[in-house]
Amino acid sequence: MAIDALTQQPALLRVKRSRESQSALMWRRFRQHHLAVWSLWIVVAFYLVALLAEFLAPLGPGDYNPRYTYAAPQGIHFFSTDENGNWQFGPYVYGYKTEIDPVALRRTFVIDEEVKIPIAFFVPSEPYRLAGFIPMSIKLFGVTEPRAPLYVLGADRLGRDLLSRLIHGTRISLSIGLVGVVMSLFFGVIIGGFSGYYGGWFDGAVQRVIEFIRSLPTIPLWLGLAAALPRDWSSLQIYFAITIILSLVGWTELARVVRGRFLALRTEDFVTAAQLDGASDWRIITKHMVPSFMSHIIAAATLAVPGMILAETALSFLGLGLQAPIVSWGTLMQEAQNIRTLASAPWLLLPGVAVVVVILALNFLGDGLRDAADPHGR
Amino acid sequence: MTPLTPMADRPLLTIEDVEIAFSSPDEADIVAVRQVDLTLTPGKTLCLVGESGCGKSVTARAVLRLLDHNATISRGRILFTPPGEETVDIATLKPDSLAMRKIRGNKVSMIFQEPMSSLSPVHTIGDQIDEMIILHEGLKPKQARERTVSLLDQVGIPGPRERADAYPFQLSGGLRQRAMIAMALACTPNLLIADEPTTALDVTTQAQILDLLKKLQDDYGMAMLFITHDLGVVAEIADDVAVMYLGDVVEQGNVFDVFRAPRHPYTQALLRSIPTMARKADRQRLSPIKGTVPSAKDRPEGCAFTSRCPYAFEPCAGIRPERTRVGEGHTARCHLLTQNAPVAEAMA
Amino acid sequence: MLRFLTGRLFSMVVTIWAVSFVAFAIIQLPPGDYLTTYLATISAQGERADPRAIEALRQQYGLGQPYLVQYWKWITGIVLHGDFGRSFEWNAPVTELIWGRLGNSILLEGLAVVVMWFVALPIGVYAAVRKYSLGDYLATIFGFLGLAVPNFLFALVLMYLGYVWFGTTLGGLFSPEFENARWSLPRIWDFFSHAWAPIVVLATAGTAQLIRIMRANLLDELKKPYVTTARSKGLPEWKVILKYPVRVALNPLVSTIGWLLPTLVSSSVIVSVVMNLPTAGPMLLRSLTSQDMYLAGAIIMLLGVLTVIGTLISDLILAWIDPRIRYGGN
Repeated sequence: MAIDALTQQPALLRVKRSRESQSALMWRRFRQHHLAVWSLWIVVAFYLVALLAEFLAPLGPGDYNPRYTYAAPQGIHFFSTDENGNWQFGPYVYGYKTEIDPVALRRTFVIDEEVKIPIAFFVPSEPYRLAGFIPMSIKLFGVTEPRAPLYVLGADRLGRDLLSRLIHGTRISLSIGLVGVVMSLFFGVIIGGFSGYYGGWFDGAVQRVIEFIRSLPTIPLWLGLAAALPRDWSSLQIYFAITIILSLVGWTELARVVRGRFLALRTEDFVTAAQLDGASDWRIITKHMVPSFMSHIIAAATLAVPGMILAETALSFLGLGLQAPIVSWGTLMQEAQNIRTLASAPWLLLPGVAVVVVILALNFLGDGLRDAADPHGR
Repeated sequence: MTPLTPMADRPLLTIEDVEIAFSSPDEADIVAVRQVDLTLTPGKTLCLVGESGCGKSVTARAVLRLLDHNATISRGRILFTPPGEETVDIATLKPDSLAMRKIRGNKVSMIFQEPMSSLSPVHTIGDQIDEMIILHEGLKPKQARERTVSLLDQVGIPGPRERADAYPFQLSGGLRQRAMIAMALACTPNLLIADEPTTALDVTTQAQILDLLKKLQDDYGMAMLFITHDLGVVAEIADDVAVMYLGDVVEQGNVFDVFRAPRHPYTQALLRSIPTMARKADRQRLSPIKGTVPSAKDRPEGCAFTSRCPYAFEPCAGIRPERTRVGEGHTARCHLLTQNAPVAEAMA
Repeated sequence: MLRFLTGRLFSMVVTIWAVSFVAFAIIQLPPGDYLTTYLATISAQGERADPRAIEALRQQYGLGQPYLVQYWKWITGIVLHGDFGRSFEWNAPVTELIWGRLGNSILLEGLAVVVMWFVALPIGVYAAVRKYSLGDYLATIFGFLGLAVPNFLFALVLMYLGYVWFGTTLGGLFSPEFENARWSLPRIWDFFSHAWAPIVVLATAGTAQLIRIMRANLLDELKKPYVTTARSKGLPEWKVILKYPVRVALNPLVSTIGWLLPTLVSSSVIVSVVMNLPTAGPMLLRSLTSQDMYLAGAIIMLLGVLTVIGTLISDLILAWIDPRIRYGGN
């Protein structure tokens, strides 16, 4: 008995170590993709912004000020020179002055370099709840003088701060990507899993359905479904309804990946061994097969997120996705639909830059994960 | 032994001390072929034998300059003398130069191992053969097709006119290889390089293809460089044989001399590892060569076979053995043949 | 070939039937039916509807009857009489409204496909043959941008730049004077002077994808032994590459039209809204927001059918260029 215990212990240890080295191998392979690592940090940063939106955004998403409609971006200046010409750290923004546009005979706000408005960090604010439940009354940065304008990235037609709205929109747009993918994953793994594991007519039928859905143009379909949502639904209901609509198409790609892995694994020896041991199908699927292709699923799911974000943005941009009180990148872009508005306030396109950066980062991250998911590949 | 026609003795292709190196961005260069000397004469077949990865295919491709971009012929000459023409050193030609392209397919042609993947899947057999005739002989498509059909007939493809319009996937492996041979012969080359042409075929087809090649060689009088790892095939088709080991030609000579009295320990070991038909009493145990082929990176500076040679002694690892003449047209590279070592007698 | 063709045709018919079912489901989704909306609009305009006409319409569309009966009436109307129902917003049969707009959609999408191929092929071939060259890296960067920039954003940026640099509004497909004119050389010129912008926007994403696919396919093919065979024949290098590996790499590229087309149709809807093009897209959006469901359903269905037909055409082209499919080989 004692001898057994002695001889078994090192064996167990060895197994554990080799398992660690497996994930370490994946991590090492992932780290070789510098672009993917950078993308990981960018994605993490964006999701942090989404999480801490209330703290990071100097103003609320709906705070408006009709005195500053379409105010141009102020930018932030970090160093100022005093009278003696010495550099000094002290972030500030310039104020605005009104000018009458001689052509359009319209009031416009231009940067007034005479007025410097200092910016302070950790300024007290109205009490709010961070992420919906942590009570706080401090913001990362803001103006110290009450009523002083702060439009780092400019203002929209109601004089709302674009930066604050962008930060709040990040939360909605990124979360809709995640929720949509989780939902797609739920359907995809179940349907694709059964399809790949059992094969036969069920597999055939599922394959036909997937082919059919993928042969349809998605935007008209989504528009048709989104247009049918009752007008009196609350923002939250609309939000979830839109994610479900996006998942209706989104599950197909994930189901295909899962099915492919299942087909490949079904004939593997360790699955046959488990079957011979009398393990139930459910147990084989959840304990043996899913863990062995978890990494593939994670990579496929990561690659599915950008599609979701793009779809939400497109739907909301067309006015049939999320509706006005909700701030998302799509609803923000809707403000930029009119070319004349755009010509006088091009900064309204900035949410598009956020979209592009996140989509690129998620794609690089997904590619890196996919390559790393196969540590023995190549 | 006096040659009747002095022309026949003039070598068609002489490979002299060729070295071929592969470069890669992250690693040191790999010398796949280290020292190769070969001589081919018209009407004769030289078999290049060796294990996979010993550099025999690389050598063959070097003759047509078909190596990948990262490969360079870092030393040596490949002298090609078509009958009645000047000698050219193929090693100095640019791979995509006009001079090289005039040799390819026209003077020297090649057949490959995999008849399926070596033919384009989306062009008909006829198109692929016509193209070569049109390119080198400037015939009109219609005349070229006539030539193609007669070539297909010559290599024993039944219904050649219809088969010319077939795609490779519509033919069996044997017919595909016959079509490949027809293509190689389209411009009556002086030299045919066959890179393991029978390896992917089943045994009966293999024998038919070998017979066909022998017959065609007689008809066309061309020289043939035949690459194989199968000593049975060598015995079947070769006039001369060259044995390669890890980038070096270790022994070359008339096939009867080499098979009867191999002088290099590797050739000896190789021949001992083939099963022979014998009466029960005469049977010997097969003796496989001990150890495994090291990679080109771990090759000793001296003789490549050192690590597996039963007779290895001091100079072997460090000094490259000279090419030693051991008989009429029979050479080998081994220190045992030049230095008076005690094992020399034991080996002979 | 015949078996392949009948098989493809059969599956196309089934797919189109499924599309029609989905389209009808979308028609039925909003609360109320066509007549309630119709009556609401009419009474909102302060007019009274003719009860007899209403009853006739009720009969015609099977309103109030079970779902399948309504579907049957709708689909037989389309198949037998080409009747897609009425648009209450325009107060006209749907058929009168959609064909011109669909024609414009097809024209734009077709041109976008052509541009895609003409741009993507040479770039993809170049990127594969000169792997890791500067041009290859540029093509890769372009590929990633095409992937990440939403087409409506690209359209907006293009319009903004056009407005700021040239003071013109890009948008529409025709100048007013050519709007309803017959096709003639000046009208074609007018069309292209307007249409280049949406075509560029529509083609960009697809071009980026095609370049990626072409590059990957060709890199695979360049390693194959038949390329060496072609070189051993003595062909010049450019001819070797164009005649053999490029030709083989084209086949999978053709089959990508099958999934490129749905995306293209999708993006043409949204790009048309942004650039104010007289295609089916803006009409679909408008009909959906005003719940003009017969019009919306017809457009959704026809866009779906168009995609299916486009996919069939790409399958036929594939069979035409690839003997392995034509002869049922492997």
